[in-house]
Amino acid sequence: MTRIAWLVATKDLRIEARSRVLLWQVLPFGVIALLLSGLALGPTQVGNSTAGPGLFYLVTLFVTLLMINRSQALENAPGTKASVATLGLDPAGVFLGKALALTLELWITGLVLLGGSVLFLHIALIGTLQAVPSILVTLTTLAVAGTLYGALTRGGDGPATLLPVVTLPAFAPLLIAGERSFSAALHGGALWEWWVIVVVALVAYTAVGILLYGVLEES
Amino acid sequence: MIKLSQRLLGPVTLLLLGLTFWLGLWITPPDAVQGNLVRLLYVHPPIAWVALYVSFGTASIASCLYLWKRTRSEVMDRIAHCSMEVSVVFIALTLITGSIWGRPTWGVWWAWDARLTSTAILGVFALAYLALRRANDDPTLRARRGAVFAILTAINVPIIHFSVQWWKTLHQGASVLTSNGTLNVHGSMLWTMLIGFVGFTLLFFWLLRYRYRLEVKRDLKVADTVVEALALRQREGV
Amino acid sequence: MVVRLVNAVVMSRGFPLLSGVDLEIERASLNVVTGANGAGKTSLLRLLGGLDSLTSGEGSVVGVDLLDGDLRSLRRRVGWLGHEGSFYADLSVRENLVFAARALGRPVDDVASAVERVGLTHRIDTTTKQLSAGQRRRLGLAWLLVRRPELWLLDEPYASLDDAGREFFDHLLGDVLAGGATVVVSAHDPLRSSDLAPRNLQMVGGRVRVS
Repeated sequence: MTRIAWLVATKDLRIEARSRVLLWQVLPFGVIALLLSGLALGPTQVGNSTAGPGLFYLVTLFVTLLMINRSQALENAPGTKASVATLGLDPAGVFLGKALALTLELWITGLVLLGGSVLFLHIALIGTLQAVPSILVTLTTLAVAGTLYGALTRGGDGPATLLPVVTLPAFAPLLIAGERSFSAALHGGALWEWWVIVVVALVAYTAVGILLYGVLEES
Repeated sequence: MIKLSQRLLGPVTLLLLGLTFWLGLWITPPDAVQGNLVRLLYVHPPIAWVALYVSFGTASIASCLYLWKRTRSEVMDRIAHCSMEVSVVFIALTLITGSIWGRPTWGVWWAWDARLTSTAILGVFALAYLALRRANDDPTLRARRGAVFAILTAINVPIIHFSVQWWKTLHQGASVLTSNGTLNVHGSMLWTMLIGFVGFTLLFFWLLRYRYRLEVKRDLKVADTVVEALALRQREGV
Repeated sequence: MVVRLVNAVVMSRGFPLLSGVDLEIERASLNVVTGANGAGKTSLLRLLGGLDSLTSGEGSVVGVDLLDGDLRSLRRRVGWLGHEGSFYADLSVRENLVFAARALGRPVDDVASAVERVGLTHRIDTTTKQLSAGQRRRLGLAWLLVRRPELWLLDEPYASLDDAGREFFDHLLGDVLAGGATVVVSAHDPLRSSDLAPRNLQMVGGRVRVS
């Protein structure tokens, strides 16, 4: 399982490094979404709003959706699907590999967006740095959950439009937990509850993925 | 025995619901604080109970049974699908009755209250389940994906509950049983509410039964068209 | 017997792709499936590869039951060459083949010889999407050489191959058959090469007529 996971993860990352879809399509989208968030806040609010962490996570969620679709589209190209299926890869390994690659991609994207948030939304730098561990764990959970939900919508009618409907309700508690822990790092407040939510979700999604990813393969 | 109970399901459901409305509207007294609004107590909690526990529970259990190889059958898939569909109706009713109750109590139709928010999120889950099913034509794939999604939803129920609960709460605490186990509601009000709970639970199973039968009929029709399509295909080029 | 199908039906979106196929295929035989567009050639190959599941009927491929067997283990034992091309477009020839070799636990050293055999050595580090259609088809064959499957399923392999490619392909098939593997090829017309003496399976309306 770990061998296949590593194989799939390095393959996904190599494709990403080569195609640069993340760099040229996803990141610019994230940055423009952050700028639009600042514009939506209005000139009086944008410099002193407490909405920064929430907007950061909202933008991150949308960016995550694009990245999940991209991650699944790699496997769904005509021909690729059939020939890779004949490799008979261990589904748990494929799940972990894709989740791992998506996690690393999401970490990079998240850190860039975090820099953008500090710049555009005027979030305090020190508090932001303190929030980094919780953000990385939340992004990991988003990637693991996203890999599962991405596989659920793959190959159906309109996977790109189906994905948000299927994924966003599951992302809601992660958004809450992420935003609250970010705010707690900035302004103080309870933290452990949010770690519990994110870590429990991470464990649950990982377990379900390892056990059931094979069930999602097309019959 | 089973046949008899199936036959009685409808009339008993109607009787209990009729009784709930009669007792709730005419017999029970108005509340000292909430006045006539308290009558929603006989409808809103039972509907929410069916929406969040009975129907979601049924769908989750049926989905687990579908994924477990020994109990895998299209019966389980149909039960999961049909109860999720009925669940959407009950979640909508929960939100509507909650909103009607919330307007005079909180002054707004929608409040960022913990239970209201988590119910709405679960409602989107139920709709997403139905959307996911529609997006897959292959019956096996549809059933498998639906079952995995239902299980993910069941896992999400406590996660959503606690996250939203900790996020903020305006809603009154548990209505009937307080945290120290004493009863909050007394006399005719309690009875009316209990009858409501049983009535709406039976209504769920009654609706589920009819929805299930409809699904069986649809599957039979699909099977007929398959036979026709097969015959047509075999005649190609002959 | 490598393949045994009895009244095999495969449905997709309410349409019978295969409408009752009866077929037996011997080990180390070359079988050519011909037929008009939409006759069910690709669907038959996909069924044999465990890529689509049997809706009704019976069948087994390389000893794996198509209804109750482990289709993943079946897929590991067949080689598939689709007509769309079959690999990750953003990986190079070498990277694609190394991925396949590692996934199946085959020695990575086989890659260079497979690439040489299909005549792609000069393009080994080229990204797959930069290859021509014919070169992609050669890559598909290299992918199969690395995999060394028991059952080769080739969906219209002659499409986009030049004359040299076709000749090379016929040689390759001869070697594969001599090695004891079984080959099923789909094509619009019967094979031109007479040396291989293939068995012709004609498909009409989702069924096979053996001629």
